[in-house]
Formats: sequence, structure tokens, C-alpha cells
Amino acid sequence: MSGLKYSEDHEWLRVDDDTTVTIGITDFAQDQLGDVVYVELPDEGKQVTKDEDIAVVESVKAASDIKSPVSGSVLEVNQQLSDEPEKVNTDPTGEGWFFKLKLDDPSEIDQLMDEAAYLSFIKNS
Amino acid sequence: MTITELKRTPLYPLHIEQNAQMVPFAGYEMPVQYTKGIKQEHLYTRKHAGLFDISHMGQVKLWGEHAAQALETLIPGEIQHLNPNDQRYSLLINEQAGIIDDLMITHAGDYLFVVINAACKEKDISHLRDHLAGDCQIEELTEFALLALQGPEASTVMKRFCPDATRLNFMTGARFRLNGVDCFINRCGYTGEDGFEISMPAVNADEIARALLAEDEVELIGLGARDSLRLEAGFCLYGHDLNENITPIEANLNWVVSKSRLQDSDASYPGIEVIRHQLAHGTEQLRVGLLSEGKAPIREGIAVLNEKEEEIGTICSGGFAPSVGKPVAMAYLNKQYTSLDTRLMVKVRDRIQHVKVVKLPFVQHSYYKRSK
Repeated sequence: MSGLKYSEDHEWLRVDDDTTVTIGITDFAQDQLGDVVYVELPDEGKQVTKDEDIAVVESVKAASDIKSPVSGSVLEVNQQLSDEPEKVNTDPTGEGWFFKLKLDDPSEIDQLMDEAAYLSFIKNS
Repeated sequence: MTITELKRTPLYPLHIEQNAQMVPFAGYEMPVQYTKGIKQEHLYTRKHAGLFDISHMGQVKLWGEHAAQALETLIPGEIQHLNPNDQRYSLLINEQAGIIDDLMITHAGDYLFVVINAACKEKDISHLRDHLAGDCQIEELTEFALLALQGPEASTVMKRFCPDATRLNFMTGARFRLNGVDCFINRCGYTGEDGFEISMPAVNADEIARALLAEDEVELIGLGARDSLRLEAGFCLYGHDLNENITPIEANLNWVVSKSRLQDSDASYPGIEVIRHQLAHGTEQLRVGLLSEGKAPIREGIAVLNEKEEEIGTICSGGFAPSVGKPVAMAYLNKQYTSLDTRLMVKVRDRIQHVKVVKLPFVQHSYYKRSK
């Protein structure tokens, strides 16, 4: 198991330590979007609440809003995506990460799906 | 709510077999992309040979002694003086000189072969019948398919199937046998590359597509890449860059308007006075190309701003241009802002991005023009 947590909006979340998490979009999401050509990331320090739109990912086809799966403040964004947005397609859960959050409420993570639940979710959606 | 059943082209089974992502487009279920994705399909076409199913487009045959003369009463171009095999891009226009559709017309010997947009088929056919029924015969070729083979290697491939067709000059067309089937082949396209559009009976489309696809140089390409290729080539897409409230002069398609017909007091077509007036006095808005200095794609409908952040135009087509490597767009702008290198701005989700007016196309055309 990957240890990642997943939202119904196809974001993944990795717990870095007790209070910080890394967030990106899933392999399923990048495949649906097609070639990513631009990612608009939040400013560092921005406060975000769970399910709030926080980033935008643009593929050749269209622009899609990315919601934050948990509440917190933005610690860091992946600057590499500015020059290499295609990392979202080639390595969605690795180099294609979007941003790191400092959690407001670590218990929010418990509401997210584990990998098995997510795989069954996309199979049935 | 009414649910309209989507139509399918004869290549539908092939699209499914090739794992196409199918989307509704102009009443048809069409492949937007295959497994490679839009960007790779786009780049592939610029390098090799892309095969596009464009069977959703309308194909019409006009014939009769006065067919060319009759068609000229609806378009600003010259058809009567075409030589056999010559092809022209033209526009059906209304009384206000607004564009009803853009179309391709080929002098096919004893008839005119006309290709119209899928979404405009019904209105175009009724327009033609309403105005021309007494003057020529009009037949919609419903049992036909249309394939486009586009890219620098298109001719290499065509040579193996139909060497005679590779002698066609850009914007000419004729009947040929291809794979044992009687086809009408034009040397033209919507990508800016050399290439062919092949009209064939629907029953033969699948076998011909598979035969072409079996060649090393050829890959199927979806409508997504067809759109990004045409945008880079600076071509208009009806319903986006052209519509019934835009004139050929505003669309910067002056070359489609025949000068000699404008000077001929006997010549007449809808909107001719509007066109004469606009050519003499100019228009308020004009279609131009915009190159972005930022990275976010600038999409249709976004406002274009001057340095005071006043709205001076609107994006009509825009997106990421794979061969340019950045976002490009076309826009209708107030005339005073349309000179080359004018710096302007757009707001993409409240972030200002700078753009400048550039010459179209964004990617040089590379057509086949035989030396005489």
C-alpha cells in the first residue's frame, strides 16, 4: 500500500509529519485531464479551508479547479511545475506534487479514503 | 429536455478499437484524442502524417449549366472563372455581410464539390436550396466519408496508394482511384501542413483508413489536435472565430473577397454594400493573433485589456500551442490596438498576463506548390 490518502475530487495527500502534508492530483485525474500545460498554484502562506478551490490545472483541453482536501496554510508550492507542468502527467504522486500544507486539524485526514477505497471509488464512479 | 441521438461516422468502430476518447461534437460522437494525447498527436502531425476522420463535415455537390454563377450570388469570391480542379476557400454571407459558414469549393469538372462545417450542415443546405434551387442541382452527399491525411510525410504515403494525386498542387483536387475505390482528393487541409482531404463512399472508409494507418508514417489524430493545429496555422473555426455577426473584413479575410466582383456593378451577393463600405472606411474591430508572454492558456471569451485595463476586445480562440511551446490566441480587438507588436493584457483568473499582437500564422505554413 502506498500510504497515500485520497479525496473524492481525485487529490492525493501524503502525511509528511504530524502537522504537514503534501498534496497533488491522482494518476486517474491526470489521465482524465490529458496533457497538463499549466498549473496555477496558491501563494505561500495562504489559508485554505477543506474543499476550497486552491489551484488550477490547465490541460490542452480545459482548465480544472483543484480543491484542498484538508484545511491549513500553504507552506510551500512546487515551483518546478512552472517550467515542467508535464511532471503532473509523468509522475503525479512524485515530482508532480502541487503544494504542502500545515494542517489546522489533523483529524480531517481520517475522513479521506485509503488506496483500496479510492481504487474502488474510481472503479464505481 | 430533448435527447438527440448522436450520429456516428463510418470509422466509429476503428476509433473505439484505437481507444479514442469519444466526445459529442456537432451532433456526432467524435474522437477528441487517442492514447497519445492531444499534445503528442499535434507534434506527430507536424513531423509525420496524421490521419483525421472528418466525416462529420458536410459534402455537397452542385451541378447544372449555371451552378458556378448561381453559387456566386451567395459568396464574395469568384467561382465562374475557376479552372477545372481549382479549389477555393469561401464564405456564405448574409445581408449584413455576416458569415453564415466558411466552406471549400472545388471545380470538379461537371460539378462543384463543396465541403461545409458539420454544425452548419442543415442551415447551409436550406440556405442553398432557398436561393439556388431553380438555378442548379443541389445534392448532399450523405453516404460519403471524408478523411484528412496531413503532415510532411503525407505525400510520401499518398505516393504508395495513388502517385497521380501527389502531382496535385496546393488547393486543387480531382477524382482518383485509391485502394481500388473511386475517391475525390483535394490537396488541402486545416493544419498548415502539406496534405490531402479524401472523399470516398462511406462503405469504403473503414478499409481505406486501415490501409493508410498500416503505413509506418501514419497515426490517427483526434479533433483536439486538429483544433490546436488549426489555431497555430491561424485558421478560423466557425462558431468561435466566425459567426453571423462578423463580416469577412472584420475577420481579416479580405483575400476571400474578389476585387473584380466589387468593381463590377452587375455583381451581386448578400452584404456586398456592407463589404464595399467596410473596405473603404474600415471596421471597428479586427481579428488578430496574440502571443502570450505568460504561461497560462488564454481561452475563448476572456477580455483583452489596454494599459488602463479598459476592455478593448475578446479572445475568440486560444490555447496552448504545442509547436510554439506557449499559449497563443486569436482575438477581435478595437481597430486602434491591432498594429503588430502592440502590447496588451488579459486577466486569467484575476492574474494579469501580457500579450502582444503578432502576425498570423503562429507556425509557418508548408504547402506543396509545384514549380511551373
